[in-house]
Amino acid sequence: MDFEPSDDQRLLIESVSRMLADNYSFAQRKTYIAAPEGWSTAIWSQFAELGLLGLPFPEQYGGYGGGAQEVMLVMQAFGRVLVVEPYFPTVILGGTAIMAAGTDAQKQAILPAIAEGSLKLAFAHGERQARYDLTDVVTTAKKDGDGWILDGSKTVVAHGDSADTLIVSARTSGDRYDHDGITLFLVDAKTQGVARRGYVTRDESRAADISLSNARATAVLGTVGQGLSIIEKIVQAGIAATAAETVGAMEAMNEMTLEYSKTRVQFGNPIGTYQVVQHRLSDMFMTQEQGRSMAMLATMSLENPDPAARAHDMAMAKVGVGQAGRYVSQSAVQMHGGIGMTEEYAVGHYFRRCMVIERLFGDPAYYLQRLADEVA
Amino acid sequence: MDLRFSKEDEAFRLEVRTFINENLPADIRERSRLGYAFRKEDTVAWQRILNKQGWAAYSWPVEYGGPGWTPTQRMIFQEEIMMGNAPEVLGFNITMIGPVLMHFATQEQKDYFLPRARNLDDWWCQGFSEPGAGSDLASLKTAAVRDGDDYVVNGQKIWTSTAHNADWCFVLVRTNPEARKRQEGISFLLVDMKTPGITVRPIISIDGSHHLNEVFFDDVRVPVENLVHQENKGWDVAKFLLGNERTGIARLGKSKERVNASIEMAHKVNANGRPLIDDAVFRQRVAQLQVDMKALEITQYRVVSAYDKAGGGRPDPLSSVLKVKGTELLQATTELAVDVAGPMATPIWARELAALNEPDDLLEASSASVGSYLFLRAASIYGGTNEIQKNILTKAVLGL
Repeated sequence: MDFEPSDDQRLLIESVSRMLADNYSFAQRKTYIAAPEGWSTAIWSQFAELGLLGLPFPEQYGGYGGGAQEVMLVMQAFGRVLVVEPYFPTVILGGTAIMAAGTDAQKQAILPAIAEGSLKLAFAHGERQARYDLTDVVTTAKKDGDGWILDGSKTVVAHGDSADTLIVSARTSGDRYDHDGITLFLVDAKTQGVARRGYVTRDESRAADISLSNARATAVLGTVGQGLSIIEKIVQAGIAATAAETVGAMEAMNEMTLEYSKTRVQFGNPIGTYQVVQHRLSDMFMTQEQGRSMAMLATMSLENPDPAARAHDMAMAKVGVGQAGRYVSQSAVQMHGGIGMTEEYAVGHYFRRCMVIERLFGDPAYYLQRLADEVA
Repeated sequence: MDLRFSKEDEAFRLEVRTFINENLPADIRERSRLGYAFRKEDTVAWQRILNKQGWAAYSWPVEYGGPGWTPTQRMIFQEEIMMGNAPEVLGFNITMIGPVLMHFATQEQKDYFLPRARNLDDWWCQGFSEPGAGSDLASLKTAAVRDGDDYVVNGQKIWTSTAHNADWCFVLVRTNPEARKRQEGISFLLVDMKTPGITVRPIISIDGSHHLNEVFFDDVRVPVENLVHQENKGWDVAKFLLGNERTGIARLGKSKERVNASIEMAHKVNANGRPLIDDAVFRQRVAQLQVDMKALEITQYRVVSAYDKAGGGRPDPLSSVLKVKGTELLQATTELAVDVAGPMATPIWARELAALNEPDDLLEASSASVGSYLFLRAASIYGGTNEIQKNILTKAVLGL
């Protein structure tokens, strides 16, 4: 075992961190959110120039051949500054879907376009009634000549409003909850029958509710009826990436809180000189490190060939990181007192991002239940 | 980064597991499985078996008769020992006085004491805490006054684990009451427990066991040659001892073993007309503990692999995380076992009960699990209370 980043990984962290330090202060971020898209197209171009948009793709598809560890490091850096650009839906979720299930032609058409910044994807899977159940898909797809026609609606699709291409799950056979019969489709977001209603989410990111009525798919992604295993891969990549993002957010909150405890004076002394505050800070630090360990578990598990073991570790990571993020963000607000409650101060924004991540693809209670089912 | 165990490490784990399975006496394993603490003779017998194999001094370099393992191998070894229901090697000998002697002692001291510590020919105990010096260790008062070739020691130590088993005690004494800083007047002495003037009085702990003691020193003459390092430099030795290799302190293998035992027992006891193992609340509680143990396991790997990389050296401040989180888990997992025992946690499995009843494994295991629950309330107190660990973290990591 070796938990130290390699020299190449160190260079990657340095260049990403430098770029974010120059361009992603809390004040700069505010201006990005205020843009019509809700994020910065200029930053998106910089991501492309740095090679981040093609980071996990093979070199033959215009990528940089990075792996899960590189993604972890980048997502951690993004978590530290609360990046709002559609990196997660496009590169992590969309990229994983194409790499896992795309034909060579699809990979050629899509991955280089993502890497150069000209194509954005969104993963349109969740439905209102489904809560966290990945098999609860009632959107339908019916064969029509050579193609497929989709009907149904998807909810809280991350950056679904700005995506060019949607990856949509739909039933091609079977009933709600059936494992077989779910198929993934590539759908042009501007095609007839696709209606998108975009909105801002609690973490100042963007999402959309998408209705599909008689909408024609561009292509099938993967094998008809066998979409669930791809969906699980996409979700697991998403869990690992957002776990790392949570670690970055926890680091930032802990640093902010530590700094605040040195400067905020009450009863004649900085509050950081009081043991009750010191012990809360050390609890926050310990929780951050335990959460980091679990984010690492998620990253290592992505490469585990045993699907049951992978799902088990992902569930563990989801519980551990979710609980850690919740504890650290609640404590960070508490230690800041009144200022932590304000919109103008950063800590509450980290709080809300952790809250959103915690319930993405299932919250700790959901995964704890799954782990409880395995106890024997 | 390589976030997996190497093939060599996995092979090593198998080798250790096989050795334990083939060499641990069955009666020792069975007592541990039932939740009992090991007896003196269990620990001695097992450590000598390990010593024949060259493994007793598992954390020592080859030149002192250790196996020269990497920190990762040491961690695997400890985990397998605990999960395999084998006695841990005596920490006082192997992870405390051993490294101290290697680092500070004279050649004569090393030559005499180290092989004996390895083979448990000497059982060591630690004379640090005093009635007035607990978390504030540097306020200790036990005095040593030079008289010819001896120090004359007077005072009292307390919470001295296994002093009643011990042949030798390493003791912190005050040799200069006038020192500018309290830490600068302390020395580190090796004391033969058979020396006249030493009285050991048992302290029975809340689990009913005799593990702790008071040790009184009444004009005890200790030869000057039993001073370790220099006079008035004992605090450096104590700091070295307390900071040395703390990765074992999480005792994660023990927590895992307790959870496994609880699951096994939950199949055998009923709750609301069904086996407890089917109870949703119980299952969630186990799942939460498994999540917390997993996080600690990886944190422990991180600390150990940092040691590996640095080739030893200064302890990682993360080791305080291991202490706090590890002992919280020891307490939570022993608490789980007691809650599984339910009403069977009430009887004390004493000789009279054994005489009256047919052998009853379930009752015996339930009763014994209460013992470890009660005794391990000490886990967050010994080795620097968890509150002190947070003070250390505050200073060392947060810089406050």
